[in-house]
Amino acid sequence: MTGIAFILNHREVVSSLPPGSILLDYIRIHSRLIGTKIGCREGDCGACNILVGEPHGEGIRYRSMTSCLMPLANAHGKHIVTIEGLNRKDPTPVQRAMIEHGATQCGFCTVGFVVSLVGFCLGEKKPDEARAIASVDGNICRCTGYKSIERAAAAIAGELAELGEENRLERLVENGYLPDYFQTIPERLRALREKSAQPDVAKQAYIVGGGTDLYVQRPEEMSERRDRYIFDNPRLREVKQVDDEISVGAAATVTDLWESTEFAASFPSLDRAMKLVSSTPIRNMATIGGNLVNASPIGDMTIFFLALESRLDLLQQDEKRTIRLADFYKGYKLLDLGPGEIVESLRFRISDEKDLFNFEKVCKRTHLDIASVNTAVRMRVVDGVIRKAVFSAGGVSPVPMVLNKASALTAGRKPGHALIEEVTAAAENEISPISDARGSAEYKRLLLKQLITAHFLELFPQLCPVEANV
Amino acid sequence: MKHIDSLTHVRGESLYLDDLPLREKTLHAAIFASPYAHGTIKFIDLDKALACTGVHAVITAQDIPGENQIGNILPDEPLLASGKVHYRGQPTALIVAETDELARAAREEIKLEIQPLPVVTDARQAAAKGLLIHAPRTFKNGNPDDYFDNFGRVFEGSTETGGQEHLYIETQGAYAFPTESGGVHVHSSTQGPTQVQRGISRVLGLPMHQVEVDVTRLGGGFGGKEDQATPIACLAALAAHITRRPVKLVLHRLDDMYMTGKRHPYSADYRIAVGRDYKIQAYEVTFYQNAGAAADLSPAVLERTLFHFTNAYYIPNCRATAYSCRTNLPPNTAFRGFGGPQGMFVIEAAIAHAARELGVTAECIQQNNIIKEGREFPYGQRALRCEARACWEDLRLRYSTRNLYDQVKKFNQKNKLKKKGLAVMPVCFGISFTKTMLNQASALVHIYTDGSVRISTGAVEMGQGVNTKMVQVVMRSLSLPAERIHIDTTNTSRIANSSPTAASAGADLNGKALEQACYRLTDRLLQLAANILKISRSDLSLRDQSVYAMKKKTDLTWDELISRAYEERLSLSAQAHYTTPQVHFSKDIEMGQPFAYHVYGAAAIEATVDCVRGTYVIDNVYVSHDYGKSMNPVIDLGQTEGGIVQGIGWMTMEEVIYDEKGILQSNALSTYKVPDIYATPGHIHVHFMDNNGHPLAIMKSKAIGEPPLMYGIGAYFAIYNAILAANPQADVPFHAPMTPERVLRGLYSNGFSLFKEKEKTTTTAGN
Ligand SMILES: Cc1cc2nc3c(=O)[nH]c(=O)nc-3n(C[C@H](O)[C@H](O)[C@H](O)COP(=O)(O)OP(=O)(O)OC[C@H]3O[C@@H](n4cnc5c(N)ncnc54)[C@H](O)[C@@H]3O)c2cc1C
Ligand code: FES
Ligand code: FES
Repeated sequence: MTGIAFILNHREVVSSLPPGSILLDYIRIHSRLIGTKIGCREGDCGACNILVGEPHGEGIRYRSMTSCLMPLANAHGKHIVTIEGLNRKDPTPVQRAMIEHGATQCGFCTVGFVVSLVGFCLGEKKPDEARAIASVDGNICRCTGYKSIERAAAAIAGELAELGEENRLERLVENGYLPDYFQTIPERLRALREKSAQPDVAKQAYIVGGGTDLYVQRPEEMSERRDRYIFDNPRLREVKQVDDEISVGAAATVTDLWESTEFAASFPSLDRAMKLVSSTPIRNMATIGGNLVNASPIGDMTIFFLALESRLDLLQQDEKRTIRLADFYKGYKLLDLGPGEIVESLRFRISDEKDLFNFEKVCKRTHLDIASVNTAVRMRVVDGVIRKAVFSAGGVSPVPMVLNKASALTAGRKPGHALIEEVTAAAENEISPISDARGSAEYKRLLLKQLITAHFLELFPQLCPVEANV
Repeated sequence: MKHIDSLTHVRGESLYLDDLPLREKTLHAAIFASPYAHGTIKFIDLDKALACTGVHAVITAQDIPGENQIGNILPDEPLLASGKVHYRGQPTALIVAETDELARAAREEIKLEIQPLPVVTDARQAAAKGLLIHAPRTFKNGNPDDYFDNFGRVFEGSTETGGQEHLYIETQGAYAFPTESGGVHVHSSTQGPTQVQRGISRVLGLPMHQVEVDVTRLGGGFGGKEDQATPIACLAALAAHITRRPVKLVLHRLDDMYMTGKRHPYSADYRIAVGRDYKIQAYEVTFYQNAGAAADLSPAVLERTLFHFTNAYYIPNCRATAYSCRTNLPPNTAFRGFGGPQGMFVIEAAIAHAARELGVTAECIQQNNIIKEGREFPYGQRALRCEARACWEDLRLRYSTRNLYDQVKKFNQKNKLKKKGLAVMPVCFGISFTKTMLNQASALVHIYTDGSVRISTGAVEMGQGVNTKMVQVVMRSLSLPAERIHIDTTNTSRIANSSPTAASAGADLNGKALEQACYRLTDRLLQLAANILKISRSDLSLRDQSVYAMKKKTDLTWDELISRAYEERLSLSAQAHYTTPQVHFSKDIEMGQPFAYHVYGAAAIEATVDCVRGTYVIDNVYVSHDYGKSMNPVIDLGQTEGGIVQGIGWMTMEEVIYDEKGILQSNALSTYKVPDIYATPGHIHVHFMDNNGHPLAIMKSKAIGEPPLMYGIGAYFAIYNAILAANPQADVPFHAPMTPERVLRGLYSNGFSLFKEKEKTTTTAGN
């Protein structure tokens, strides 16, 4: 079979469009499935959300994604679900809840919310209200103010909790959450994947991960191309422990990372950090490699891993080399990466109980926003004395950076207000923020100072000031 | 009753403009807009674009058969730039091609050369240069000068409120087909179908009867599609007219953001005099409205700022002067509240300022000045059936605002890293178009021989639920269940000369017209029933799809009655026209009775500021709102919550940024942030005030679209108060939105440090 083959709702389809074509256009224009809406084409509104199913262990796993940033190639061998593929004769419990709680006004965002909420229903975790709401963290509604959507989400979570967790897919079908054909999908998907090959690649190809940067920056160009799509390369998606290191495959998504037990074990406050990174559908697409190579001065994962003194394994043809992540960034969007060279994986030393880690990010809107300033730190503290600390910071220079001077002066010091003062003062001298839509240069200076303070207050709660005379 | 479109919405089956099936041979258009904010056009190179694959036409001003003019209030806005460009984003050429991609690709090939002219982006600067849309206007009451001159407690300052991007999730769009008679049929995503019809007629030089405009529904409007849908529809119609092919024009988000106008930014100076009894003795304000490069609706927006400059207060001596300033930004336009919020922000800032200086809560001053029944607003209308104080008192008692203040105080005593702030925000908003002429509407009702009913009004459904309310009006008037009533698209051929769906008045105006049309039908039908049943007409009524005589069901059902009416050759259709009674206003004396009634309410908002990071959350919003007798609590609650969150967005994170060249910096959803689900307040508690409603409101259910937005202003002052709780010396200019940047810079102004206390103790210990 040539072309890109997948199951669109209940039908097997094969497309001969360029593999870089945008899935949203395939859905709306080529398939005339107009329930999926276009709000921004930048992954920022969720009106185009779809569900993507792929085999996982014995079963199938669905995740929500924004079809506006998804190359057709990344649909290959998957089950792509739009609202048309979720409708039954009667409204499903999710649709019913949205109607009953008045959670739809102009309706333009509504399909995206319904799709995300069905994604929540299909999730592997125990259903609760917070998770239901988290599932729509990438959906913008300009009409309702969200309270009615929260009420609908709570109702759905409540009903779902009663279904029990065994055989989720089967139960969802039985209880009218999903159309019956969903039960046939796992088998059909396996059959499809056996007979269809990955699309071939042109010379001079880009490497495409989730596409969440590439398709925002140059959608027109990308949609006509035939590139090297690494999103589904199982070898590049692994998150695993090797000796005293964690190795993260470059094609692992932010969600993969968050859900990895090996990874989570080292970071007690991981949930807090990850919740601040983009949104559910974007995290389901965004790869770690993409974040590092995009070289945005405010990439969250980049800042996260810089503080961990990570190293990168790079591969060009058959040549491998390993470099420090900190050395990867040469200047604004300038990398130590050869043409065609691929980031294979990232590695860092596993933290033990003496290592403390914290990540901070402030933006105009707390969630689903790019940082004004972000920063991370890992400190090794032995007997109340800092042995070593590495602070990273984004949004304060042309590259994501390690605050070398600030980090260096902590060695052998006890955490305290004086040290905070010294560290923030040193940091001030190594940064060069500029004014832009995310904040003025003065603000970014002040903010970094505050976020370094926040690191200390999070890691050493005894430093928190208390109001006098209470 | 639920929103009648709910089911198709959740199933993805509701059709929006971009979803309409494409007609054969449809072409797609893309707008080439000026990349420069101001200049004389020297040269425009279209040849390369014309030579691109799939391009059928590149249209410029000289191809316009009629008048190159779309200005509504003032004729100062060309459809396509000619001679000069006045803002970045001004439509200058239109590329028509086989596909959207090809049109956009060809657009890249157009080159525009200009002789640059000075760029003005700031309203005060424009005023200083005499760049005004029209002469300034002043509203006045009493003699404020006496008080300012002879009074000690006078406080003065300045405020800024930013613009606001509408961010309807459905972008602007239109789809036009040429008709056999040389006219055009246009599907438009507009709040004002007649406005669009008039615009197209003017631009194409066609009589209005050759232009049909049809609107199914909008994926959000918020005022952004009141006037600004017109150029989009005119361009699509122009292209269809010239190419004789169907033409579709749907803006991509980034184009929509930089080409269209937004809520008006305002800059203002105020002076307030407060007596020992905390009565506001005098208040004076000067507004500088940033209108952008053309009038658009700015004069009307400015007028509403003047109507609401005293918000819900009675101020015996006051004066407001307002300048509408012409700048080189996209023409700013209607946005929910329509200048009202900008006016209210300033009085609230003045009160907050006075309260801070006098060492009392703002609530103490607010409380003493809430307008009472019978008092006059500065424009001469009396506050009648005034619910201002009732709402205020209800808020205080129901939610025990005193307790809330105490809790905030306790929290702030215990916590150093986080501080809470509470603010109360009363609202009073006038209902009616302030331009009296627009307060008219008509409706059309057809009953078919099977007894089912189809209705048309001039109202446009954009999520606010007006169609649902229209169906409810018919359900009650004709005693029919919802499934026997169908509401049509809004169409200029069925309903002529409609006013835009705006000013919160859509349901009132169209509903009243619909009520009258239904009344004409029931009158006719019951007369017939009287003849059939031989019972006096006055004893008959319609109920449960039957004719009732004195509360008793007769054998005559609705269906039979309709059959009989048809046999008797009675008309089963009715049309009616409604005008709001008693409204009038004279600009010469700036006095009159512009509003059918006022909507009142009060809200308390609680916020928590993270003093380390400068971020904040809105914890609670408590509301006592005057809905009259709400005809649809689900829809009205939705409008309230949605309005509040939009208002909070405007006051907190939504920041429209232009650079000094007039280039929009906040040009995408990634740089312009509207509230997401995590930014919505923790709780919004809403109490529906129990009152008799207003006879001029549809089914006594008061207008709801705009008023709740202004509760959001309370969020600004809640955060402001939290900052002061952390740093009583904080220097926080009254500059909205209150972004995390402004919070952090406010917090750490005047030498504030979190650790001060501790440091001091350490130093003392060291000594
Ligand atoms: C709505 C939205 C919100 C976002 N929010 C955030 C946020 O909060 N924080 C944040 O940090 N980022 C955010 N991003 C940016 C983006 O999601 C991340 O940078 C993401 O990790 C990019 O991964 P990707 O796989 O999608 O990259 P792609 O777009 O696929 O690729 C990005 C670049 O990396 C290259 N590349 C990808 N993989 C490799 C590889 N293995 N080897 C070599 N080169 C490679 C590509 O050629 C391309 O140049 C957001 C994006 C969107 C659209
Ligand atoms: S269209 Fe907005 S996220 Fe895809
Ligand atoms: S209902 Fe209109 S955007 Fe959500």
